[in-house]
Amino acid sequence: MLSNLGIIFSSISLLASLFLIHLSFVELKVSGDKIPKKIYKFSLVQLIFSLLSFLILLTGYIFSDFSMINVYENSHTTKPLFYKISGTWGNHEGSLLLWINILVIFSFLFLILNKNKNKNFKIFTLIFQNLLISIFFIFLLTNSNPFSPVFPVPNEGLGLNPILQDPALAIHPPLLYVGFVGSSIYFSAALAALISKVEAKSLAITLKPWISISWFFQTIGILVGSIWAYYELGWGGYWFWDPVENSSLMPWFLMTALLHSVLVLERRMGLYSWVIILSILTFTMSVVGTFLVRSGILNSVHTFANDPSRGLFILTFLVLMVFSSIFIFFKYAPSEKKNYRIFSKEFFILINNWFMIFFLAVVLIGTLYPVFLDTLSGEKISVGPPYYNFILTPFLIPLLFLMTSGPKHKWVSSETKKFFDIILFLSVFLFLIIFFVIKENNLLINLILLFSIYLIIQTIFDFYENLKNRNINLSRITSHFGFGLLIFFISINHIFSVESNFNVRMGEKKDIKNYVIKFENLETSSGNNYKSVIGYFEILNKKKLIKENLRPEIRIYNQPKTITYEASINSNLFSDTYLTMSNISDSDIFNIKFQKKPFMNFIWFSVLLISLGGILNFFNRKKEI
Amino acid sequence: MLNIKTKNRLSIFIAISVLSILIIIFILKTLEDNVLYFYSPSDIGESNEIVFGDKIKIGGMVKNGSIKTNENEIKFIITDYKNEIIVSYEGTVPALFAEGKGVVAEGRLQDKKFFLAKRILAKHDENYMPPKIKESLEKNAK
Repeated sequence: MLSNLGIIFSSISLLASLFLIHLSFVELKVSGDKIPKKIYKFSLVQLIFSLLSFLILLTGYIFSDFSMINVYENSHTTKPLFYKISGTWGNHEGSLLLWINILVIFSFLFLILNKNKNKNFKIFTLIFQNLLISIFFIFLLTNSNPFSPVFPVPNEGLGLNPILQDPALAIHPPLLYVGFVGSSIYFSAALAALISKVEAKSLAITLKPWISISWFFQTIGILVGSIWAYYELGWGGYWFWDPVENSSLMPWFLMTALLHSVLVLERRMGLYSWVIILSILTFTMSVVGTFLVRSGILNSVHTFANDPSRGLFILTFLVLMVFSSIFIFFKYAPSEKKNYRIFSKEFFILINNWFMIFFLAVVLIGTLYPVFLDTLSGEKISVGPPYYNFILTPFLIPLLFLMTSGPKHKWVSSETKKFFDIILFLSVFLFLIIFFVIKENNLLINLILLFSIYLIIQTIFDFYENLKNRNINLSRITSHFGFGLLIFFISINHIFSVESNFNVRMGEKKDIKNYVIKFENLETSSGNNYKSVIGYFEILNKKKLIKENLRPEIRIYNQPKTITYEASINSNLFSDTYLTMSNISDSDIFNIKFQKKPFMNFIWFSVLLISLGGILNFFNRKKEI
Repeated sequence: MLNIKTKNRLSIFIAISVLSILIIIFILKTLEDNVLYFYSPSDIGESNEIVFGDKIKIGGMVKNGSIKTNENEIKFIITDYKNEIIVSYEGTVPALFAEGKGVVAEGRLQDKKFFLAKRILAKHDENYMPPKIKESLEKNAK
């Protein structure tokens, strides 16, 4: 029943998209500057049926309708409601449907919200966006149909991998998807702008809110994903340079570059072609990310079922998309006069873009190199954190410095305020205090600390000065302030993290640096769909004489039968105490991972601040200084 | 002769290309120094090129009945059903680490039969098997 409805609804939505493309092409030949009602109506039909088809799948999950293979394979009646719902997009087919829904929503919103006067621009954007929608709908219906029926109808589902049963994990894919897929709209708009020759300023004003909003979601999505990894994977880290994490970071670099260069386009009408290229690249990277994640060619903590035909489809689509974009770009790209004065604001924004492109190149090469090497020579390698840390950290110093000095400069002119000001002195002073407290002697880390403090202080002063002039660029200040804090706290966290692995029996004690860890007791308990063994630990801080109690768990889920090791984290303002316990081969010895991670909450908070800047930018349409 | 404008453009173009090439060489060089090679127990058993003491990854299946835990370490055997290697490890194991399942260990080779692991990775998929093992299992089956 639901299965048929789902297929019918998504087919109607696909038909509406095809009609929209047809209508739009017809409309191109009609003069006038109003878009006919017909197009709005079809867009609405497309939106409603696409949302309905998603609702159908959701209903299937909520009421455990195992007549759909997809629900049968990924759900179970005993699963908590929240995870039944999140199971909808926890698998390839369902997530593809979500992808399409976001494409459709953005297409519709762009049509009704965008105030740009140029009719052909709007129509072309609609054409490109609907081409994307149709292609993905066809892929969904022919290759990855979430509504495929199963017969005879099974009584019970196979269940969802317990590691995926986590609130942070459940919500991070939709957030990332809004970021990823949100970039489709400026991809379509950029191509449309080329063809319909939209002028620089109006293009910038049109693109800006869409870039800010997708950037915001991408940032939040990355944050929530990291939080999940921190709590659930039990390694005590929050960023592993895992290929799948990288694929969410790569579009982020481009979005960040775009967020900055679109300002130049708006103010100085420069970088027109560059903004177009970035828009195209961002969506391309999003599709590359999806390809890498979904094709299963990557070895990563995220394993999805391997299916070469899916990878092949996305790859073909990618190649077609890139080549047609290049073709359109070279056919229509306008020639630009470039005159940039050195040390003007636009100069610094351009440098920001180079940094982002460099970071992108580093991450892209690190992610793809193993894949290429494997296909070319069959040699299997992996690229780990040392590569990224070694190559990226030194570049943080100039980046932080430029983030501090860049915003001080004015548009066009190259006049600057004096270089050695009170802010620099204050920063050096603060840094020296910190230096004598922590006594870290790695030069690189010290430089990073110094420059992050400089950035933080400078932004605080900026805020104060802007407040006096009643002309606040709150979005820039919030994001830059957040970035300064992030780098500062990551460095401090890096210096002071304590990690220790050891084996212990019940009743025994272990001494680790300033801590005594006592394994007091073991108890069994049971949850909704799992049984668990809980360890009672007491951690004594010898210096401060503070006791903490931690309760790591070993959970045995019944559907599918899986074991998970739940970390116990005692999180307070300044530091997290982190303990995981595992036990294998029924021995009475337990394996313990103990960690002390300072300022974790500050790291999360900093990223939240960064993303907040995106939202502020979205709502702030009035002119900045 | 080229006019000044074209000359300027050409020099900018060349400068950017040279810069990008240098950056890419720099990236690749760093990459080369920091990759982890992935071997199966048979690679180690049969090859003479592997340097002891370098950080590498070993993948295979955990041999049935081989896991032993004592006060200091976890010991187990990684096998590809042809060659075996003993692994010693300190710390917690991932949830899907079990006898008869796929495993990847990261660490340093002490000698041809003994591996000191720093990190154990098990894939978050019950049916996962390291690709190399899949290959060699398929080969062995023929």
